[in-house]
Amino acid sequence: MLKNVRIALAVLALGLLIWAGYLGLVWAPADREMGDVQRIMYVHVPAMEMALLAMTLNFLCCVTYLFRPSWSMDSLAEAFAEVGLFFGGFGLVLGSIWGKPTWGTYWTWDPRLTSMAIGLVSYAGYLTLRRLVDDAERRAVWSAVVGIIIAVDVPIIYYSVRWWRSLHQMQSSPATVDPAMVRALRWNFLAFFALFVVFVMARYAIALARRRQEVTPPPLVLERAS
Amino acid sequence: MTPPVAPGLLWTAWILVRKDLLLEWRSRARANALVFFSLSTLLLFSFALGPDTTFLKRAAGGTLWLAILLASVLALGESFRVEQENGALDGLRLAPADARALFLAKALANTALLVLVGAVLLPVLLALASVSPTLGLGRLAGVLVLGCLAISAPGTVYSAISSHARSRDVLLPLLLFPLLIPTVVAAAKATSLVFEGDPMLQFGSWLGLLAGFNVVYWSLGFALFPRVVED
Amino acid sequence: MTLREGCAATRNTTGRALRAFCAPSLLDVSNALEFHDVSKRYGRTWALARLSFVLPEGGSLLLTGHNGSGKTTLLRLLATLFRPTTGRVLLFGKDAVTERETLRPRIALLGHSTFLYEDLSARENCVLLARLLGRPAGEADALLERLGLGARAHEAVRTFSAGMKKRLAIVRLLLKRPALALLDEPFGELDPAGIAEMEEHVRGLSRAGATVVLATHQVEHGQTLCTERLHLASGRAPPA
Repeated sequence: MLKNVRIALAVLALGLLIWAGYLGLVWAPADREMGDVQRIMYVHVPAMEMALLAMTLNFLCCVTYLFRPSWSMDSLAEAFAEVGLFFGGFGLVLGSIWGKPTWGTYWTWDPRLTSMAIGLVSYAGYLTLRRLVDDAERRAVWSAVVGIIIAVDVPIIYYSVRWWRSLHQMQSSPATVDPAMVRALRWNFLAFFALFVVFVMARYAIALARRRQEVTPPPLVLERAS
Repeated sequence: MTPPVAPGLLWTAWILVRKDLLLEWRSRARANALVFFSLSTLLLFSFALGPDTTFLKRAAGGTLWLAILLASVLALGESFRVEQENGALDGLRLAPADARALFLAKALANTALLVLVGAVLLPVLLALASVSPTLGLGRLAGVLVLGCLAISAPGTVYSAISSHARSRDVLLPLLLFPLLIPTVVAAAKATSLVFEGDPMLQFGSWLGLLAGFNVVYWSLGFALFPRVVED
Repeated sequence: MTLREGCAATRNTTGRALRAFCAPSLLDVSNALEFHDVSKRYGRTWALARLSFVLPEGGSLLLTGHNGSGKTTLLRLLATLFRPTTGRVLLFGKDAVTERETLRPRIALLGHSTFLYEDLSARENCVLLARLLGRPAGEADALLERLGLGARAHEAVRTFSAGMKKRLAIVRLLLKRPALALLDEPFGELDPAGIAEMEEHVRGLSRAGATVVLATHQVEHGQTLCTERLHLASGRAPPA
């Protein structure tokens, strides 16, 4: 049953991606200043939004785990971290590609890029920690602790453009953006969100299966003492 | 058998800080090695960055904090090795000593060690880069202490975790460095301002940022450390 | 009062019951220790599997079994150093996990690890514990004298022999005046004189009313000291 849901969601996500891709790459008008280069926004922005969403959800899972430990919460945290890292890395590369023609450089040490880069390395560290701890319970507790500490960076990433003078543009509101662009962006957001859900569900299932394999229940049968 | 009246949290932390400082004094060969290590790092940076003295002047704040950061990885890693050696940490837990007191004590002792390293590095840096504390020694000391505090708090938590994991020598810096980038940026900036003067009065805001990091990381460490050492 | 061993009830795949489950009484509040279906997992192996037993206050339990049978794990669980993966551990009627802060002052462990700081002196190690317990340093000094470590109290533990470190560990144990004394292989590395001394200490603890759990594979020394016995094999208590 669950497998069918996942397949259906995957198909939906694919469909949405195609539709949103069409909207963004073909249908929406080109930007007045940047031209067609601006179209990368339709993938860069949703990717980054998914990354931030994943990081926030990982934080919530970590906090929940410390209050009410459960393998599902631990597996969910792992799934969010890895999917967030993927979307974040993807978005960062896209942003870099966008930066070259518009800012003249692939990278700059401005607050948003720096804090996002820190975030990504932090989550890579989080995942590495998980790989290096053998005991399942300790791994869950320690990665929850680390997850909470690194989540401090997430609001910094989000608000960095507002708090500091940054090369990266501020969050735009729909009021200032062409409605056609808004529409394309919203469809892309939806498509990426569907993809996000598909990835998280798959990754969660893998993590939970691994936990189950590690965490066999105590043996029932009393062997004859030798 | 009447149970004894156990000391409170802060007094326990005080007892343990004295223990940690005594341990560091006893194994001062290790502290010496640490200081020499950071001195050589400082020299390395100065040489690697080239002979351009104006550039070295501007980079003085950054090089100081890079040297302290690298020293911190060694210091923090060592601080839990002594607890693991004979299971002393378990002995403390059993005493009983509140895990939060353990955190406070370890983090403060590590801070003291890092401040010592910084204090030794500063005169050398002043000479190497031909800088002087334009804004005063007080401000310089303030940045040093706040920066070391901000490194120690999360460092102590991460050190406790990595000392029980595999590849601990890689894991600690991997976890710690990204976390400390904003702290090091703030500390380095503030230090540079002390050296170069502060026409736009930015020093206060960088110091405020450092103070903010301290508040966040010390509270998080205080709350989360028990979950790390207690099962 | 006899020791009631709990045994797990199970039906294997062919439906044969192997053993009846006999649960220790939960109403018996004068028990020092109660293990209820306790299991502990490290990584992928079960160090203890579904162990249940009870020990009354003031009793003394001899814990035997080969290396790797789970004795150390059992003792560390009793010391509240970690929590069981499944099941419950009750000490003096209180849950060992939720009430560990109140229980720890009354429990002392003589473990495999010495809990000592090598760079500190014997006296410094003991005074540290005394201070953490809220006791005057003089008590530590008195115990060091009593165990013959007074002369070398100011030397670093690093210079001590294994036997002396063991004596120092006993000082730390006695300093706590525990209601529950846990001893993990206390006779290891001791010469016959040391063993006799250790046996006397254990008797002293029992006389003082402490509950004692002693794990050793040198059964000949332990059996005279303990009234009850529990044998572990692969983390379980097989039927006697």
